[in-house]
Amino acid sequence: MAAGRHSRLSEWFNRRGWSDIIISAPYIWLLLFFLLPFLIVIVIAMSVATRTPSAPPFGYGGDNPVLNFAGYARFFEDELYLRALVTSIINAFVAMILCLLIGYPMALGLTRMQSNWRNILLMLIILPFWTSFLLRVYAWMGMMGKSSWFNRLLTDIWNMVTPEGWAVSSIPMMHSNFAVVLVMVYTYLPFMILPLYANLERLDPTLDEAAMDLGTRPFGVFWDVTLPQSIPGIIAGGLLVFIPASGELVIPTLVGDAGSPMIGRVISDEFSSSRDWPMASSIAVALLLLMVVPTMIYSHFQTKAEHKPENRP
Amino acid sequence: MQDPFVRIEGVSKLFGAFQAVRDVNLTVGKGEIFALLGGSGCGKTTLLRMLAGFEEPSAGRIFLDGQDMTGVPPWERPVHMMFQSYALFPHMSVEKNVAYGLKHERMTKAEREERVRAMLDLVQLTQFAHRKPHQISGGQRQRVALARALARQPKLLLLDEPLAALDKKLREQTQFELMSIQERTGVTFIVVTHDQEEAMTLADRIAVMDKGQVRQSGTPTDIYEYPNSRFVAGFIGSITSFDGRVTAVEGEVSRVDVPGLGTEIVARSVAGAASGQAVTVALRPEKVTLTRDRLEGPNAIAGEIKDIAYFGKDSLYRVTLPSGQLIAVHGVNAKRAEAGRPDWHDKVWLSFDPAAAILLTE
Repeated sequence: MAAGRHSRLSEWFNRRGWSDIIISAPYIWLLLFFLLPFLIVIVIAMSVATRTPSAPPFGYGGDNPVLNFAGYARFFEDELYLRALVTSIINAFVAMILCLLIGYPMALGLTRMQSNWRNILLMLIILPFWTSFLLRVYAWMGMMGKSSWFNRLLTDIWNMVTPEGWAVSSIPMMHSNFAVVLVMVYTYLPFMILPLYANLERLDPTLDEAAMDLGTRPFGVFWDVTLPQSIPGIIAGGLLVFIPASGELVIPTLVGDAGSPMIGRVISDEFSSSRDWPMASSIAVALLLLMVVPTMIYSHFQTKAEHKPENRP
Repeated sequence: MQDPFVRIEGVSKLFGAFQAVRDVNLTVGKGEIFALLGGSGCGKTTLLRMLAGFEEPSAGRIFLDGQDMTGVPPWERPVHMMFQSYALFPHMSVEKNVAYGLKHERMTKAEREERVRAMLDLVQLTQFAHRKPHQISGGQRQRVALARALARQPKLLLLDEPLAALDKKLREQTQFELMSIQERTGVTFIVVTHDQEEAMTLADRIAVMDKGQVRQSGTPTDIYEYPNSRFVAGFIGSITSFDGRVTAVEGEVSRVDVPGLGTEIVARSVAGAASGQAVTVALRPEKVTLTRDRLEGPNAIAGEIKDIAYFGKDSLYRVTLPSGQLIAVHGVNAKRAEAGRPDWHDKVWLSFDPAAAILLTE
């Protein structure tokens, strides 16, 4: 009896045990390090803030309902949060579009380059990652400051090209959404270029020749052949820029306008300064639902559309 | 051949120091199927790309229907190409692929739809109009590529190894389909191929290329029966060649002494053959008769059968000659299970007509 069970177990193990274990590894990882923490966040979001020293600043019960939705209510009622959300989305969206406009030609150029040059340039794109991210943001702060050579150069150019009365002593770049977008574009550009490059590099160059052969000029070839085939790369790069940019904390804190904070800054402030963990968690959950769920629905329909056989007679 | 429709005049192409095509002169008649035949790296694809406009000749000019094509970009040439990989647009349906070239034509929507329908009809793909290229078979893809290239009614259609990606059975069937479509549309075809059988079946005329040069051009019969060089004779079909020296030129024929053969070969003379000249005599396997007894006639060589490959309808014999050389001889098995059929190690006589022996001076 015991021997029979043992052999059945080892049989299962040999037949599909290994593959099951290997396939389940990423799921277990996601469960432990994403789903479980996220469940904790959801639970905290529905608790009540408390001010007991040396204990987690949240609790249940008392006079409050067990499931407390006050945080969500405040998120949708208080203009501060919605404004922060809108600022985040706008900044992240503008950064994403600028990354696309700058990154697409770079990615396309890379694919058309001789392979020895291409590898050097790919290295250069990844190279900034080898220095500290904070250091690079501080470098931008120095550049944008009123007395920097960069600001003075731009000021001189501005004063030269604009009429008399428009002259300024410096260009106010720091502590603005402009500064946030600028630094985010700089930081996230590689995340746009790399997936786009991977996508464009796979395209067959004879398709371009075929289009030209059939009467299309080079710019039209880009429009008809290259662009439609690079949409998966644009979506991948766009998401890789937009999602982290919309939740960005460090860049808006260092170079942003304190008067119109981004949502990441708001969550951080609720968490540390106000010590209102339920509120911070509520914003985090709402943000996730507002940003990730539409993305998932979109990608679900995208894959469905791709696999649908167009088989009408 | 009437007026030359395509005229290639002294065309050369250099890639850096490498000369891909050197001084090619060719003419192709209207409505002809012309094949550029050669091994890989012989320059045939480069020549085709120059016709399409993807490469500019380093020297020389190409005329199409009397018009100089120099400097005309691919999108303005009335020349379309069927790519070896077919190069179908993966994000467009079969119908959209075929219609693609038509968006540059001045025609109404109805006319355009009508043309696409006619093209899909021509290649018998109407029921697959809405499929994407990855949802159809390789043979169907090939036909979509053909329909797309023909849709704008080009003056000249270039086909780059049109059948190379198909399996053997499909290739034979498609060959005849291509020929019938060419006949119905009347479009001039230039086909690039490395497959001599494909060139022989498809083409009205063939140019054999080697190292960027055209070695010989002519009808399939010309090229097969009257090759002008050892290269062409060896490239098309199989040959056995004998190196020797001309001992005498007597009217129509030359006598060639081949060391070690034990007899001289009498071959039909060619222009430029002179006494004392080093030449090669090439023999095709099917032009040699194999018998047990010596036949009357000028050319008779004794040998011993070394190998027999029996194919059913015919057999290929490999016969050792006194010189030690092996010669391939083709025999038709006209009778059923013939008793006296030559066997392994039989002593046999090989004979051939002087007109069948190809005398090569180059």
